[in-house]
Formats: sequence, structure tokens, C-alpha cells
Amino acid sequence: MDLVLKPAHREFAEEVRAFTRANLSPATREKTFSGKHYGRDDHVVWQQALGKKGWLPYTWPKKYGGPGFDVTQRFLFENVLAEEGAPRIIPFGVKMVGPVIYTFGNDEQKERFLPGIRSSEVQWCQGYSEPGAGSDLANLRTRAIRDGGHYIVNGQKTWTSFAHWADWIFCLVRTSPDAKPQEGISFLLIDMKTPGITVRPIIMVDGAHHVNDVFFDNVKVPAANLIGKENEGWTCAKFLLANERLGIAEVPASKRGVRSLWQLNDDPSLKEKIADVDLQVQALEMSELRALSTMQLGGAPGPEASILKVRGSEIQQRIAELAMEAVGEYAAPYQPDMLFRDTNETPVGPDHAPPAAPRYFNMRKTTIYGGSTEIQKNIVSKAILGL
Amino acid sequence: MDLSLADEQKQLQDAAERFVRDKYAFENRRKIAATEKGFLPENWAQMAELGWLGMSFSEADGGYGGGAIETMIVMEQFGKGLVLEPFLPTVVLGGGMIAAAGSAAQKQALLAPMIEGKKQFAFAWLERQSRYNLADVSLKAEKSGSGYTLSGHKGVVYNAASADDIIVLARTAGGAREENGLTLFVVDGKAKGLTRRDYPTQDALRASELTFDKVSVGADTVLGSVDGAHPVVEDAVDRAIVALCAEATGCMDAINAATLEYIKTRKQFGVPIGKFQVLQHRMVDCFTNAQEARSMTLMATLKIDDKDAVVRRKAASGAKVQIGKSGKFCGQSAVQMHGGMGVTDELSVSHYFKRLTMIDLMFGNQQHHLTRYSNLAMAA
Repeated sequence: MDLVLKPAHREFAEEVRAFTRANLSPATREKTFSGKHYGRDDHVVWQQALGKKGWLPYTWPKKYGGPGFDVTQRFLFENVLAEEGAPRIIPFGVKMVGPVIYTFGNDEQKERFLPGIRSSEVQWCQGYSEPGAGSDLANLRTRAIRDGGHYIVNGQKTWTSFAHWADWIFCLVRTSPDAKPQEGISFLLIDMKTPGITVRPIIMVDGAHHVNDVFFDNVKVPAANLIGKENEGWTCAKFLLANERLGIAEVPASKRGVRSLWQLNDDPSLKEKIADVDLQVQALEMSELRALSTMQLGGAPGPEASILKVRGSEIQQRIAELAMEAVGEYAAPYQPDMLFRDTNETPVGPDHAPPAAPRYFNMRKTTIYGGSTEIQKNIVSKAILGL
Repeated sequence: MDLSLADEQKQLQDAAERFVRDKYAFENRRKIAATEKGFLPENWAQMAELGWLGMSFSEADGGYGGGAIETMIVMEQFGKGLVLEPFLPTVVLGGGMIAAAGSAAQKQALLAPMIEGKKQFAFAWLERQSRYNLADVSLKAEKSGSGYTLSGHKGVVYNAASADDIIVLARTAGGAREENGLTLFVVDGKAKGLTRRDYPTQDALRASELTFDKVSVGADTVLGSVDGAHPVVEDAVDRAIVALCAEATGCMDAINAATLEYIKTRKQFGVPIGKFQVLQHRMVDCFTNAQEARSMTLMATLKIDDKDAVVRRKAASGAKVQIGKSGKFCGQSAVQMHGGMGVTDELSVSHYFKRLTMIDLMFGNQQHHLTRYSNLAMAA
């Protein structure tokens, strides 16, 4: 048992660092460190560079065209990318639908969909939540009725991140309205260009447009786009959620956040608060490494990943809160140009002031999305503690 | 990077688990605590026989070449059973300081018999005014002839009554709270002029107040360099902190298991109280706290031999902050969820609660280590 890196792993980390420095656009990097919002190209250009290198689906096994990283490589890869200011990899293709397709899809589907995810030529979004199905996801009502070789889809998805950028959406749809809630659901892939799909932006508390409503009006979807069996989509849904929870602990980004708190802070009254969150990040990182270590020995992440999501999200919120506290009253000026547009103007107040409050507001989402804290605790209580 | 236990380490874990299961059933522990010494010499002999007293020392020092991981493994199990034998003062602190700073002759005379189970130690550092400052030492050691004369007071010295030798932190030079000018002495527990006031602690261990009235010791009792003890002590205490963190992790596992069992069986309003969401979420928080405690203990265990002193110190303080926080949360929650039964002496839960509370106070509480960590991080 040790935390020492073998020479091969040290070399790997240096290779990732050199690659990132050579291929990540300086403008994108600058956005990361100044807290500006990324555009579509910031993500796509970077992901396609990773795709060419064969590193994009970094969590995938070799068998499906991933690099087959071991736990240490995965850890190093995520950390070096975060340190170098790379945007996070959009999870919908790589971490969510990709593993569902290679786990539950047929050969034809694997051949058709996996290459576009590996290269990042095709962007995905997630059709899970609905106005009446938030925490109670199994209550979803978007209907898919079989009509010969097609499904006809009607309904509404909401909170759909990056639907306005996406080429495809993976959806949970109701195929059997009479069964128990979890038993009548299917997992369907839908081309966003199909007639009958409308995307409506939802502007969030910080003024940003990330999420959308997606409306389906008699959308005709080939039956070949069904993953797994009809009415058995809940299995895919749960598998995907467990994977999602592991990713959204966001440890490397939180480490970057803590480093910048230490650098920016000159207020002695904050230092113990920063120390406290710094230590929380270390505990989370070690817990995640332990979970990955167990996974390496076989098996998908189970309900214990819920704990990582709960703590990871609270930590992200705490870091954002302290960053705002450090800026003080200069958090007040609202400066959208500094967040969303390229500009040569200097900000009002310190350089790190413009994103501080918007980020604090925005980060409140982290304990709500991907299964709220309360839902996660229900899961752990039932699945691990047997209550 | 590798987070799995080696085969021998797994065997050690099994053996320690077995020891606790066989010797430390709750009612058994109560009997052990009530004996004259407060622990069982036969258990101590068994620990020696199993090799636990020497496992963390190098082969050159007569040990078996293990280290902090082995200490973590047994301490965690000791925490599960609330084991009373003086492993921490004797092996981790006493043995640790002798191995780090002792001469070949001292190692021969002290460490070798300790590993065989024939010598026990106590570490006397605290004084009334010290609080958590390891340098706040006023007990004086004055040069007299070829040796020294020790005068002053030491408090809450664990295992002093059973210790063959007491390792005393004394001031040989410098002013109050100065880090320079501190020296360690290995003092015979029966030395002339040394008097003890013995008492049990809240958590059923034994400790003493010691008064040194012109206790004469030879120059050969100096452990390490004259005036240069502070770094040795700081390092030894950091190691003891990491060992305590492992013990606390075991306590938390045990207290959480007891609480989970209780809320599954205790019925009110016609259902087990564990059916209520407000208790379920609190139980999940206990579970999360124990997980974080285990993660930080492991982190600190794997960093406590780092070459860089700042890394070692930050690791020990970081883990101690977590243990303080998690221990308090699990302890208080366990008592609350047990209701009135939680505040009785009858169930084990109050005993774990007491031990977790005392662990937080030992060698600096959560707040103290948060300050220490933040000062180290700011300086970096």
C-alpha cells in the first residue's frame, strides 16, 4: 500500500501534460482560470483533439476503443487536465450513453454510435428529467408508441444540458403505461434533427444558457434506436446514474478551486475556512481513489458512489461560497461581458470578482442535479444500510 | 500507487480482529477495566507473542520491518474493541522515540525488552499550562555533577503507574514555550523523588499526575540530543496522532454498527424507528463521516514517512481535524438515535462516545489542528 507513482506513471503524467499544453487553445485555458463561460467550440475542439489521440473515452476499456487506463492513469489524466485548465469533458457521450451502448446495445448499435463518441464528432444530451419527473424519475410520461418499424414519441424533457449543441439525445420514454412505473420504461436514442423536436432555452440564475426544455411532437424514431429490450430501460437508467454519480464528485476541479482560494486569499479570517474545505477535498479524493481501486478489482460503481456525489457537490458549493466571501463587496457588480463574451475591457474590481457571485448562485444546482442530496441519502439508506 | 493490503497485512488484520473478538466482548472489557492495572498482562504477553510490539520497527532495531500501515491495522481493530492495553504510550510513543533518537545502548536496553513484552513506557510531556503546545514545558532539568536533577510537574501521563520507564520532556535551556532547549530523559518509574497521583480517565484508561522533586538521573538517560528534543517529539506525536486516527476509525465503525442495529430493531409508533427518513439520513451522514475518517487516516498513514516534514505535519493535522469532526458527529448522533439508552453506562455506545471524545482532545483537538494545518498551508 503506497501513494508513490511508478516511473511509467510519472512519464504518463508528463505526456498528458505536454499534450494538453500543445493542444489546448490558450483562449480556452484562459476562460478556465478567469471563470468565463465556454462556448461550444471550447469543448468540441479540445475533445476532438483528445479523440484523435485515442484518449477521449478515457474511462472505457480497450475492447470498446478506449485507452484502457488503470486507476492511477485515470487519476493522473483527470488531475493533469484540470491543472492545465482544460474544460471538463462533457459527460453525456463519454461517461453516460457510451457505456450504456457498449454494455446493453447490440453489435450494430455499437458500430454505429461508439465511433462518434470516441472522436467527439457527435455531441449528445440527456433526456431524463421531465416537469413531473424530477426526483421521482420513474414517474416520467414522455410516450413512445410502437408503429411498425418506428416509435412515435410525444412529451417533454427538461433541464436538458447542452440540448442546443447536441446532435443526439438519449431518452427515457414510457412504452407501457399500464405496468409499474419502473417496468414500462425504455431507453431510446433520438436524432435531434428529427422533425417535431423543439428546443427552448432556460436561462439560469447566473444569466447563463446551459439547459433547455425539449419538446417532442409526434417524433418518428426508428425502432433500431432502442437500446436493450422494450420496457427494460430502467436497468440502463440506473447503470448510467451510478456512473454519473462517480463523475460528478468533480475532485480535480475542486482541487483547482482550493489552490486558487489559497492564492487569492489575503484575509486571515478566511484561512481556517479554506483549510477546512481543503481537507474535505482530500478526504473526498482518497474516498474516490478507494472506490476506483475496488472497481479495478471488478464491478461497476454501486450505491457507495452516492456518498461521493453528496460530498463532492457540497464541496463545490463551499468553494464557490468562499471565493465570493474572499471578493467581498466587489462580488456585487454584475458584469456579463466578463462572463460570456470576449472583451478587452478590464473588470470592475479585482480580476477574480466577476464570476464569484454568479458561480456561487449557479453551484447551488450541484446538490440538486444528478439525484438530489436527499435522493442520494435515500439510496444509501436503502441499498447499503438496509433501512 | 496501490491501495490494497499485502497478504501479510491481511493476515495481521485477521489476527487483530480475532484478538478483539475473543478478548474484548463488551462485558469482558468492563472486567478488564476494573482490574488493578486496568489492562491484562496476559493480553500484553500475547501481543508480544504475536509480534505486534515489534512489527513497526526496523530489523536493525530488533523489529520485524513493518511501519505505519501495520500500526494502522491493529489500532483500527483496537478501536473496535476499545482495547485497554497500553499500546500507544509504550509502542507508538515510547518505542517510537527510542527508535528515532536512542543510542545503540538505549535501544538494546529499552527497545529489545519492549518488543518482548518485558518493558512498558509512558510519555510525560503535558503540564497544567501547556494546553496543546508541545514546547510549553517548564519542568526543569538542571545539570548536577555528571547527570541532571529534574524538578516540576507533569500531567495526564497515560500508563505511568505500569510503566517501567517514563520518558520525560524537560527544559534544559531557553525560556517558556521556546522550542529550543528541550531534552528527553528516560526516567525509572520508581526513581527517588518521583511521586504519582493515579486515576482512571473518562474512557477507562489509567493516567497519573507526576511530581518530580529533585529527581537525579544520569547523563546516559538523555534520549537524543540535549536541548534538541522538539523535532523528535513533534514527529513522535504526529505518528501517535495517525495511530489514534486509526483507532478512532475503528470506534466509528463500531458505534455506527451498533446504532444501525438499534434503529432497525427499536420500535415506536408501531414501526422500527429506522423507517423514519429523518433517522435514515442521519445514519447515512454517520456512515459518510466514518468513510471520510477512514480516507483521511489512510492518507496520513501513507504520508507519515514522507521525507518532507511539512508533508508529514499537514497529513497528521489534516487527519486529526477529520477525526475530531467525524468522531463528534458519529458519537453524538449515536447517543441521540439510541435515545435514553445512549446516555446509560449499560450499552457500549456511551463507551465509544467517551473514547471518541477523548481522542479529539489528545495531542490537539480539531480546532487546534485546523489552525496548525492552515498555518502550514499558508506558509507553503
